[in-house]
Amino acid sequence: MTSALELRQVSKVYGSGPTEVHALSEVDLFVERGELVAVMGPSGSGKSTLLTIAGSLEEATSGQVLVDGVDLAAVSRSDRAKMRRRSIGYVFQDFNLLPGLTALENTTLPLELDGVRAKAARVTALEALEELGVADRSDRYPDELSGGERQRVAIARAIVGERGLLLADEPTGALDSVNGEAVMRLLRAAAHRGVAGVVVTHEAHLASWADRVVFLRDGHVVDQTIAPPGPESLLAAGDRR
Amino acid sequence: MSVPHALLALLSEAPKYGLRLQNEFESRTGEVWPLNVGQVYTTLQRLERDGLVETDDGEGERSRKRYRITSAGVRELADWLRTPPDLVPPPRDELVIKVLVALQIEGTDVHEILQVHRRHVIEIMQRYTKVKAAAAEDDVPLALVADAELFRLEAIVRWLDAADVRLRQQPSPAPAPPADVPLEPTRTMEVSQ
Repeated sequence: MTSALELRQVSKVYGSGPTEVHALSEVDLFVERGELVAVMGPSGSGKSTLLTIAGSLEEATSGQVLVDGVDLAAVSRSDRAKMRRRSIGYVFQDFNLLPGLTALENTTLPLELDGVRAKAARVTALEALEELGVADRSDRYPDELSGGERQRVAIARAIVGERGLLLADEPTGALDSVNGEAVMRLLRAAAHRGVAGVVVTHEAHLASWADRVVFLRDGHVVDQTIAPPGPESLLAAGDRR
Repeated sequence: MSVPHALLALLSEAPKYGLRLQNEFESRTGEVWPLNVGQVYTTLQRLERDGLVETDDGEGERSRKRYRITSAGVRELADWLRTPPDLVPPPRDELVIKVLVALQIEGTDVHEILQVHRRHVIEIMQRYTKVKAAAAEDDVPLALVADAELFRLEAIVRWLDAADVRLRQQPSPAPAPPADVPLEPTRTMEVSQ
């Protein structure tokens, strides 16, 4: 069985000659369906580049990127665009909702762009908004929503339809820690439903919602966490003062 | 965690038996801090000796005694809630010492050592997050206890991150002095409350 996302020996070089910058160097990353992976690393370590290459928003200089077993470099430009619309959902730090569209219209948009008929798209989008607890805000415009609600709509838009891969770049943005946690709970819930997720974050308490944390440095994967044991071991370690 | 004051808080609601105090203590701290019944009775004995709680009946088996808070106990509890905890860090933080020592050992990759600790701390954070994720979303006491640990651990990760950046900006730390050169006296940093 293929992974939802496979990065094999992926490198990305910007510029050339003396201005050459190696943003990613021979990165291997496999993400399974139902797995949530967090990527951490200092500024300039290549986190966002990794995400944009995984989402085919940018091409790797060398190496292979496979989404659902399909090599992105081996398909036509239009098929790649179709994969971006159908298989991959994106969540950005600043939500990127279109201000002139309601929450429902924002969520419907990727489906309609993909040729889904308006009525069916509306039903599917409403289900996604319902799942994220913002169906009652579906007729509101982004500037009428709170930060937490906007991010819920952005996640609904990212998972609407049959997308199996969710890519999130600092998805908790400027939200406070409790609302940020709510976003991670939603991503976690999407993973439970079988979606594969990759989240870039610099906050350890948010990364700790992931099944696995991958550490990037200077474009290299330098380390990753091993599967944490259950919570039982913590419950036994009480402060017995 | 101050067990005596937690018990006073539980008794401020109503008089209770020791076993019930143990159950309530554990359930209200999200069962993250287990407490055995022996600790409960030892603590209650001390509180009774200090006049902060009293029993309905001074005689008989301890499990049959019902405890209630006294007015002195109410005052003690109110004072304790408002007294800042001791926030001065321990004089020698083991992790800081390990990193300082690593800096002095030639050939040691300090960044690799920082990463070992970063990964370890985040793995513990993942376990606390699992506790929180498995609990009901409205289990506020558990969320508070887990958050306290998570943010304490996150502060360690932030220190490791900052150390990493500082050391990269200054890539050649002073080498260890030769063995025959006397060490300078240790600098101390005093923090007053």
